[in-house]
Amino acid sequence: MPIKERTEMPVQDPKERIKNFSQVALGYTEEMALNEASRCLQCKNPTCMTGCPVAVKIPEFIKLLKEKKYQEAIDKIKETNNLPAICGRVCPQEHQCEAKCVLARRGQPVAIGRLERFVADWEHSHGKSEVRKAEPNGHRVAVVGSGPAGLTCAADLARLGYQVTIFESLHAPGGVLIYGIPEFRLPKDVVRREVEYVKSLGVKIETSVVIGRTLTIDDLFHDGYEAVFVGSGAGLPMFMHIPGENLNGVYSANEFLTRINLMKAYEFPEFDTPIKRGKRVAVVGAGNVAMDAVRCALRLGAEKAMILYRRGREEMPARAEEVLNAEEEGVEFHFLTNPVRILGDDKGWVTGVECIKMQLGEPDKSGRRRPIPIPGSEFVIEADTVIMALGTSPNPILAQTTEGLKAHPWGGLIADEKTGRTTRPRVWAGGDAVTGSATVILAMGAGKQAAKDIHEYISSGAQGW
Amino acid sequence: MNEILEKTVLTPVTKKIVVNAPYVARKAQPGQFIILRVRENGERIPLTIADYDREKGTITLVFQEVGLTTRLLGRLEVNDSILDLVGPLGVPAELPEKGTVVAVGGGVGVAPILPKCKEMHKRGVKVISIIGARSKDLLILEEEMSACSDELHICTDDGSRGFHGFVSDKLKELIENGVQMDEVIAVGPIPMMRATCEVTRPYKIKTWVSMNPIMVDGTGMCGACRVTVGGETKFCCVDGPMFDGHLIDWQEAWRRVNMYRDEEKVANERCPNCGGVR
Ligand SMILES: Cc1cc2nc3c(=O)[nH]c(=O)nc-3n(C[C@H](O)[C@H](O)[C@H](O)COP(=O)(O)OP(=O)(O)OC[C@H]3O[C@@H](n4cnc5c(N)ncnc54)[C@H](O)[C@@H]3O)c2cc1C
Ligand code: FES
Repeated sequence: MPIKERTEMPVQDPKERIKNFSQVALGYTEEMALNEASRCLQCKNPTCMTGCPVAVKIPEFIKLLKEKKYQEAIDKIKETNNLPAICGRVCPQEHQCEAKCVLARRGQPVAIGRLERFVADWEHSHGKSEVRKAEPNGHRVAVVGSGPAGLTCAADLARLGYQVTIFESLHAPGGVLIYGIPEFRLPKDVVRREVEYVKSLGVKIETSVVIGRTLTIDDLFHDGYEAVFVGSGAGLPMFMHIPGENLNGVYSANEFLTRINLMKAYEFPEFDTPIKRGKRVAVVGAGNVAMDAVRCALRLGAEKAMILYRRGREEMPARAEEVLNAEEEGVEFHFLTNPVRILGDDKGWVTGVECIKMQLGEPDKSGRRRPIPIPGSEFVIEADTVIMALGTSPNPILAQTTEGLKAHPWGGLIADEKTGRTTRPRVWAGGDAVTGSATVILAMGAGKQAAKDIHEYISSGAQGW
Repeated sequence: MNEILEKTVLTPVTKKIVVNAPYVARKAQPGQFIILRVRENGERIPLTIADYDREKGTITLVFQEVGLTTRLLGRLEVNDSILDLVGPLGVPAELPEKGTVVAVGGGVGVAPILPKCKEMHKRGVKVISIIGARSKDLLILEEEMSACSDELHICTDDGSRGFHGFVSDKLKELIENGVQMDEVIAVGPIPMMRATCEVTRPYKIKTWVSMNPIMVDGTGMCGACRVTVGGETKFCCVDGPMFDGHLIDWQEAWRRVNMYRDEEKVANERCPNCGGVR
């Protein structure tokens, strides 16, 4: 039997969408979803699930979807995944569930992410299952950070009856989902909706509280919390430490994206936070963050938006769909290109990037081929804005201010992989704070594991740690 | 939380507010700052904590209405609340336990220098203060400064009060007259701090300055607040705001702080009625 083609998802026309911040991928209609769901073979031994870090019951939800039991389908996903509307949009499915789909071997896997998004959005527009608040069990847990790790840990504990308070340093909850990932990829309404859901379970969110400054973890214990989960992410931007990096017009991707997403600088002066609207924008790096930054630059009116990447096309770590989107939108990719110096005018504004050509050598520890500079190959790319998207590392504030909480030299908190237990008794950690920048779903998974272990620990009498 | 409990108009452009912020008050130390936002569409701006009262759970902020957000903040009245306020941020100032310190405050910079003087005074450090403004109407916190200083010198650029000249000129005069000092702390606009550092540099007198760059998050997440200190990039919000003034790249600091000057103009012009004394 020939396999049906994978159902395409409608998207905004690239020529139009680079002028706005609205969602690029528009989502399946019911008909499209049913059509795509019908491709699922309902394998007896589903391999797709092994690719999912939180083991969403994929064939089961797709079966329910096929039967048009949409509420049951979303409930099935929510048994293991609290944030399906988000994961359906931002998970790197091509490396996870869809990579393990048997159809992938014969061509195109079932579009699991799009189906997940469909049922999550369906639930939003067709009323919602009753939120069942758990009987309070009298125990209090504090969560540091309101990104996917913190939200998930808090929600799971709240469902078990814990009284949970999340402390968030920014003025809005959501972590990277709110300050990093742009509106056109993940509408902030979707994030707010998920945050509201977590709140509806009884979780309290206190914004504008920096743990380590406003309150310490010791204060939290002193105030009666019995356990603390740290999901503080990896928010510290890296720079290249090359000359010219502090010229006007050089941003970290974090600053650029925070101005745009959290502060809505693209609506300046309607919103008070300004941003420079570069005409020729060079983004250094090729991960999700770089793609988001370069596509934001286009939407702010850049005539030329460029990715500068020291390795090749195959090595780009970004989600495949976003690379494709960026290409369609006209982003220029300069591979095997590494900045060595940023050039400026006499007033201190960026005028260009001096780069050196690279070639790929032997594979390094990460398995990717190591880029080696080609001597004498320097050249200049003109630019008025340069955005550094080189990765981020965990903020040292918590390790510095919490007795006994240890971190690796690169900043990641030391925590048990299975349970999330740190080196400080009654403190758990997970997500980017432990792994360094990774993915939404892994952060969620870590939040879930920690919630489970916190529950086991407290419900068995909180002994011996 | 964040209600304004008291408001005083110090000069036509400078206001002092006392805000109910028990968390911040509990932890605040001299040299630290807060970040605030005054409206839903608002930006995040840093302001130094000019004073705090742990028992009452209050902090004092002194600000000059220069940009849109400070003008909007100036419009808030007693019982109004500040939308978001987070802190205390930054590293507390490392203040000496003994010896003589000259505290130099220019313009609204007198506000952040006050808690440092108070603390040093409490510790028994000899505090010589030099405060200044463009003219006498713009001088602030004279009484409060006088209460925690062993000597207080007042300067105005136009000579309408005290010493006729810049605070840095007064400092130079003291040094030339042989006044002994172990350290200088200077807080104010960049040109003033820079000038102060140039005065002390030949004498190798340790000079601390409090940098006030553009910030977004204030927790080390964005790097908007980068300053070059001794050839190294520092994030002012987490590594500062106090740095050795002789190591600062002043030229860079000056152009970075003016990066959004055009946009600031647009924002101000769009909102002509924001602010002003009410
Ligand atoms: C631009 C961008 C695009 C991305 N795209 C994708 C994608 O497409 N797919 C994907 O799977 N992943 C993506 N990622 C990665 C993903 O967003 C992260 O891996 C994930 O958000 C990590 O979750 P977390 O909960 O560990 O931390 P975060 O989301 O970083 O949340 C941490 C929260 O803790 C708060 N916090 C930090 N310190 C403190 C403190 N001391 N006190 C109180 N609060 C504190 C922070 O303000 C933040 O809100 C992207 C990341 C970025 C930056
Ligand atoms: S203000 Fe963002 S890092 Fe300092």
